[in-house]
Amino acid sequence: MSINIQALLAQLLVGLINGSFYALLSLGLAVIFGMLNIINFAHGALYMMGAFCAYFLLNLFGIGYWWALILAPLIVGAFGMLMERTLLQWLSGLDHLYGLLLTFGVALIIQGLFQNYFGSSGLPYAIPDELKGGMNLGFMFLPIYRGWVVAFSLVICLLTWYLIERTRLGANLRAATENPTLVRAFGINVPRMITLTYGLGVGLAALAGVLSAPINQVRPLMGADLIIVVFAVVVIGGMGSIMGSIITGFTLGVIEGLTKYFYPEASNTVVFVLMVLVLLVKPSGLTGRAS
Amino acid sequence: MAETTTLDRPAPPASSGPALLSVRDLQAWYGESHILHGMNFEVRTGEVVTLLGRNGAGKTTTLKSVMGIIGKRTGAINFDGHDISRAASDKIAKRGIAFCPEERGIFASLDVRENLMLPPQVRPGGLSLEQIFELFPNLRERLKSQGTKLSGGEQQMLAIARILRTGARFLMLDEPTEGLAPVIIQQIGHTIARLKKEGFTILLVEQNFRFAATVADRYYVVEHGKIIDGFANAELEANMDKLHTYLGV
Repeated sequence: MSINIQALLAQLLVGLINGSFYALLSLGLAVIFGMLNIINFAHGALYMMGAFCAYFLLNLFGIGYWWALILAPLIVGAFGMLMERTLLQWLSGLDHLYGLLLTFGVALIIQGLFQNYFGSSGLPYAIPDELKGGMNLGFMFLPIYRGWVVAFSLVICLLTWYLIERTRLGANLRAATENPTLVRAFGINVPRMITLTYGLGVGLAALAGVLSAPINQVRPLMGADLIIVVFAVVVIGGMGSIMGSIITGFTLGVIEGLTKYFYPEASNTVVFVLMVLVLLVKPSGLTGRAS
Repeated sequence: MAETTTLDRPAPPASSGPALLSVRDLQAWYGESHILHGMNFEVRTGEVVTLLGRNGAGKTTTLKSVMGIIGKRTGAINFDGHDISRAASDKIAKRGIAFCPEERGIFASLDVRENLMLPPQVRPGGLSLEQIFELFPNLRERLKSQGTKLSGGEQQMLAIARILRTGARFLMLDEPTEGLAPVIIQQIGHTIARLKKEGFTILLVEQNFRFAATVADRYYVVEHGKIIDGFANAELEANMDKLHTYLGV
């Protein structure tokens, strides 16, 4: 068969964009899982809240996209920290299942409330003026906003990686992931660190929500649809490594994009097929540590 | 300080100063199991005090109770004039107590430098990195290595070194010689002697009383979660027979 380069590149770009969201979300999930030992099923709902937060900021207060990129993660992150203080902290030491069920319940409530008030159809969020239009790269047409999403997500992912793997604060976090009791006995306030870590993971989800608002519209179920794929990404990548979740996120987005070009019928299932294959060969995921 | 006349606190004072750490009727539980049944002892400023006893007697649990990292504890734990029996472990650490656990607690996801720099400074006057490398020259060569890639001896040195940076003047060392080669044990012995000379107060848990004899001022014998005997280092020889019975060696 002949390859239509234009169409292939277009799908690759869609793949990279989806990959950006997978990476931002699975990164947050990995950070949260490491520190709180909780599989955060509310992640999709919090991502959706990020998008709605941008929508409200614009339509209620006239605060635009650029401020929303900063404010929405802070606001939703603060909501996450409140959730951790009031609900999740009581689950420490219990089986994963409890965290999973609780966060799943919270996600259903949040999504239900938003659906109640906003229905299921999408609300529009315009691309900011500065990022409108496109660029002709010669071999393809690149909508500027899409290029921005990929580049900005990559920068945020690498910054998060740097924060966790290369700084003093990150060393505290890694140590507390391994042995919170001892880290606390050194005089570090571990409960506060746990709250902030959850806030960080939630903030990343909200940031992804803001980035996605102009592309996918703002819908109460936007996160519910996405999070299932993200969990498959996390299973494939393994929970063990920050860089692992970033690379797996982008890679699977691209693989999905390629599948859309070569065999569109499988594009919705390819991630899950890969998940099954990886689980068969390496149950702890590609970069995961066996527990 | 009011002197209580409990029979299970027979250790003679090594110096007449007030107790830096004073533990009264300490009871502790791991979940349902009751481990400590009323520990009474004290440690004075500048002393090296060793807890001796068989496996499972409650020595480690005692240290963990003082550090506040045990499920449930009751009784009075007084440190430097403050009751710490209900404090969280991070607050206890900030009072100037540092703990070196039996399993050493070296972090696999941190390199040696990060392990060394992990405990925050709680007081001014901790050892500088230079002073630490002077005590443990091996560590300087291994700063970039993953913490758990070090040999057992180096890991023990790292575990001790990192709490010397913090400025804490009261150290609790849980079996620092366990599983180590004689030459390393000797180096750790020298280190403890040096720390003592510099005024650190040390509460040591040891199975190996031959090692303890080289550094300790006083001993307490722990059995079934209680202090059953105590004596000063000078009386060690006189108590040898008793000690053999207690420890079953």
